[in-house]
Amino acid sequence: MSAPVQAAAASPGGHYVPHAPQGAQPETVAALRAAFGDAIGRDVLVCGETIVYVARERAHEILAWLQTTPGQEFDYLTDITAVEYRDPELPIEVVYQLRSLARRADLRVKIALDKTQPLEVDTVWDLWKGCDWLEREVYDMFGIVFRGHPDLRRLLMWETYAEGHPLRKDFPLRGHFSRAEQTRQALAAQPEAHYSLEELSIADAYHELPADMRERLLKGERGTLT
Amino acid sequence: MGLVNPASENLEVEGTQVSTMSPNWVTTRLDFLVNWARKNSLWPMPFGTACCAIEYMATAASRFDIARFGMERQSFSPRQADVFICAGRVPFKLAPVLRRIWDQMPQPKWCISMGACASTGNVFDNYTVVQGIDTIIPVDVYVPGCPPRPEGLIYGIQLLQKKIAGETFTDQDLRQEATYGPGNLFLPPARIDELSEPFGNSVHQTRSQ
Repeated sequence: MSAPVQAAAASPGGHYVPHAPQGAQPETVAALRAAFGDAIGRDVLVCGETIVYVARERAHEILAWLQTTPGQEFDYLTDITAVEYRDPELPIEVVYQLRSLARRADLRVKIALDKTQPLEVDTVWDLWKGCDWLEREVYDMFGIVFRGHPDLRRLLMWETYAEGHPLRKDFPLRGHFSRAEQTRQALAAQPEAHYSLEELSIADAYHELPADMRERLLKGERGTLT
Repeated sequence: MGLVNPASENLEVEGTQVSTMSPNWVTTRLDFLVNWARKNSLWPMPFGTACCAIEYMATAASRFDIARFGMERQSFSPRQADVFICAGRVPFKLAPVLRRIWDQMPQPKWCISMGACASTGNVFDNYTVVQGIDTIIPVDVYVPGCPPRPEGLIYGIQLLQKKIAGETFTDQDLRQEATYGPGNLFLPPARIDELSEPFGNSVHQTRSQ
């Protein structure tokens, strides 16, 4: 298994970095345990991928460490998602899929959230700007709040969507409301008003806007986020 | 479900309106001329949201060529369009957009609901897909299929042409803009629930009170 990899690495091309033959990252896990101790929960190897469970309170610190520490350099955030299991006893998990572009290594970091507690984690927006929409999607679909996210609004559903968070297990497939009510609420949405003032570069020219648009932006058909 | 024009269901009945003009030789000849002109130069407004749009493109391309029906001018602005062709599923988030586009189209206008998703929601009987665009806007022709082949859409267009050929301007309700009831709904809530009812043995649907 390792013979062709070594042969390629020794080839006169020079810049070839071999793919990690497996996704297993035992050194990273060991380094995490050495650096953070109790904050690192169990680690499992699933389908050749290493999954590390970390404590919610120190997750941001750990992710920052993974991003910047030499030898780890998980500089690319592939995805953020969440999992809710059908067993109601099991916690909801927030999943960070990390990738080191230089080392060609993958790592999956999970935070287990107790359902009886508020579903909140710290944003990683200051580490990877690309997490912006990923966190918004997780918030939209699961209702997990990312503390410190600069613009945490729904992403896929419209912003005044009032039925809840669709990928939660207690969400019925067809939604909570009747079709007529769903249609009414959907038609009442204002597609143009769904940009934040920050997004609209017209924020500076707010007072020169037509009165109706000003009112719409101010009153906020953005509505209340549930 | 009687044969009632859905657009008139939200109208309040204020006594019977009798058309002052009855069809005669002049009006029918004029209808014939106007309808002939209309049906042979329909300008479609493609509203393609999914795989049906691919079949629609095939229909518009050289092999099937809806230019033969006077539809060579694809209108990507609702203001210069006659036929709204909804090709693909419509999520609820898109519903106000679709309604806005339909309202922006000037009379005379018609609507073809292309494919199972636009007509009924198809297998997407879930929280996010409109269960048939006829719960939002009036539809003239439904084209079944998933997606329909170009022949299917062409047959739908021919049906629409037949429908147009039978119109008369003495019918005052015909070119009336659809009025929306409370909550901006096109149909009464119970009717929307009925139209959106799940197929098969799946019965878990929340109803309007």
